[in-house]
Amino acid sequence: MSERIPILRIGETLLVSVQFDLEDQMVLNLQEDLAQQIVDKSARGVIIDISALEIVDSFVGRMLAAVAAISRVLDARTVVVGMRPAVAITLVELGLSLGGVDTALDLEKGLAKLRQSTDSALR
Amino acid sequence: MAKRDNAVDLVGLLSVEGQDLAATWVREVSGSLKGRVGTAELDRELRELYDALLDALRQGATDVHADQMSEVRALLTELSRNRARQGFSPSETAVSIFALKRVLEPLLQEGSADDVRAYLELGRVLDGLGLFTIESYSQTREEIITAQAEQLLELSTPVVRLWDGVIAVPLVGTLDSARTQVVMEKLLQALVDTGSEQAIIDITGVPAVDTQVAQHLLKTIVAARLMGAECTVSGISPQIAQTIVALGIEFDDIVTKASLADALKLALRRSGVDLVAHEGAQR
Amino acid sequence: MKAPWTAGEKPQVHSIARSGDLVHIRQAIRALSQKCRLSLVDQTKMITAASELARNTLIYGGGGTVTSGLVSAGNKQGVAAVFEDSGPGIPDVEQAMTDGWTSGGGLGLGLSGARRLVDDFELVTAPGEGTSVTIVKWVR
Repeated sequence: MSERIPILRIGETLLVSVQFDLEDQMVLNLQEDLAQQIVDKSARGVIIDISALEIVDSFVGRMLAAVAAISRVLDARTVVVGMRPAVAITLVELGLSLGGVDTALDLEKGLAKLRQSTDSALR
Repeated sequence: MAKRDNAVDLVGLLSVEGQDLAATWVREVSGSLKGRVGTAELDRELRELYDALLDALRQGATDVHADQMSEVRALLTELSRNRARQGFSPSETAVSIFALKRVLEPLLQEGSADDVRAYLELGRVLDGLGLFTIESYSQTREEIITAQAEQLLELSTPVVRLWDGVIAVPLVGTLDSARTQVVMEKLLQALVDTGSEQAIIDITGVPAVDTQVAQHLLKTIVAARLMGAECTVSGISPQIAQTIVALGIEFDDIVTKASLADALKLALRRSGVDLVAHEGAQR
Repeated sequence: MKAPWTAGEKPQVHSIARSGDLVHIRQAIRALSQKCRLSLVDQTKMITAASELARNTLIYGGGGTVTSGLVSAGNKQGVAAVFEDSGPGIPDVEQAMTDGWTSGGGLGLGLSGARRLVDDFELVTAPGEGTSVTIVKWVR
C-alpha cells in the first residue's frame, strides 16, 4: 500500500499538484485514480501541475500522455502545467515530445485554456 | 646539516652588506619593461618578492614548490596575473625573475668557489620561479579567454519583450551548436520569467545554418510547446530555406513567417490582441 | 571504458532491487551533479538518464547495482554512474539501441534516449552474462 497523491476538485475541473519525486507505483496509482475520478465527478477538465518536479523521465512522461488520452476518451481535457525549461529540454532530447498532451505555462493559464475549450464546446 | 649551510650561503649571496640589491634589481627590470609599469609599483612588487624570497631561503627552501615558498608563490601569481592583464608577453613577465641573476653576476668576480656554487644553486631556484610565473601567466590568459568567450555568448543572445506575453530572440551572426544551445535555454527561461506564451525566433541576421543548428532550433520549439508556449521562426533567408529542404529537416510543424513584423502580428492575434488602424490617422 | 574515478573520492554503491530504489538513486545522482557544479540543464539530463537506466536494470536485468561518483580526466570534471546487473544480457545491441525498440512494453527510449542525454556512454553485454552501462556527464 503506497501513498496516493490528493486530487482536488474545483467545479468541473480536477486539480493535481505533484510536489515531490514520485515512486513508480505512485505514478501508476495517480493514473488510475484520475481515470476513476473523471467518471465519478463528471469532470470536464484535468490539470496536472508539475512545476515542482525537477525531473520527468519516460515513465512519468508516459503517464502524462496516458492520462491525456484516457481523459479524451472520457470527454474531458487534460492540461499539464508548469513544466520547467530544463525538464522540457531533457524530454525533447530523450525523444519524448508528448504529442496529444495540452500544456500551459502555469496554473492560471491552464485554467484559462480549459475554460476556453468548454466555452467553445457550448457555443 | 649541509642543507642548512647551503641556505645560509644563498641568503648571504642575496644580502650583501652595504648594497641595495633590490634597488639594482628594480632598475634592471624597469629597463626591460620600458617604463610600461610605474617605477613605484615595480619597486613595491619586487621588494616584497625579494623579502619573501630571502625569508623562504632563510627557512631552508630549496625550490619553488617547497612549503616555505608559499608567500613567494602568492606574490609571483599576483605579479604574473597583473602582467597578463596588462598585456605583457610571457617572456617580459619571466624576465623580471631572471634579471635577479644578472644583478648578482658582478658579485661573483671577487667571489670564492663557494660563492659560485651558491650562485648556481640560486640560479636553479630562480629558474623554477621563472617557470612558475609563466605557468600562472598562461593560466590567467586562459581564464581571460574563457571569460571573454562567455561574455560574447551572453552579449550575442538577447531575449527582448515585444509585447505583453510576446518575447523574441533576434539572432545575428553564425550560429554554432554551443551558441544555439545557450539561446535555447535563455529563451525557455524567459518564457517562464515573463509568463509569455508566444516566442519569436528571428534569424534574419543569420547567414547559414547546418543540420545541428536546425535540429537545436527544432528542439527549442518542441520544448517550448511542452512548457505551454508557441514559437514562430521569422526571417528565413532563401539560402537557409534551400538548406533546410536539401538537408531534409522536418520543418513541417513549425510556423514560419517572412519577417519579424509578420511574426509579431501572428503572435498578437494568437494572444488575443487586435490591431486596428484608425480612420484618417496621420502618418 | 573504465570510469576514471577522481582520486580521494569514493564512489557510492546503491542497490537496485525495488522500484522505490529509483528515488534514492535519483537523489544520489542529483547530489553528485550539484557537487560537481553541472549546469541545471545538464543536471536534469544526467538524473533523467540515470533514472532510465536504473529502471532498465530493474525491469530487464532483474535488479543489480549502480556505482556513482565524481570523475576527472585531464582538467575535466564530471559525474559518472555504472549500472550493472547479472540478468539475461542483450542479444542484439544494435537493435536495443534503436529508438522505439522495446522488449518490455515500454516506449523503447531507455537506452537510446539515455545515450543522447549524456556525454559518454558505454554498453557491455553478452547473452547470459548480464549488462553493464557506464555513463558520464562532463562539466561544460
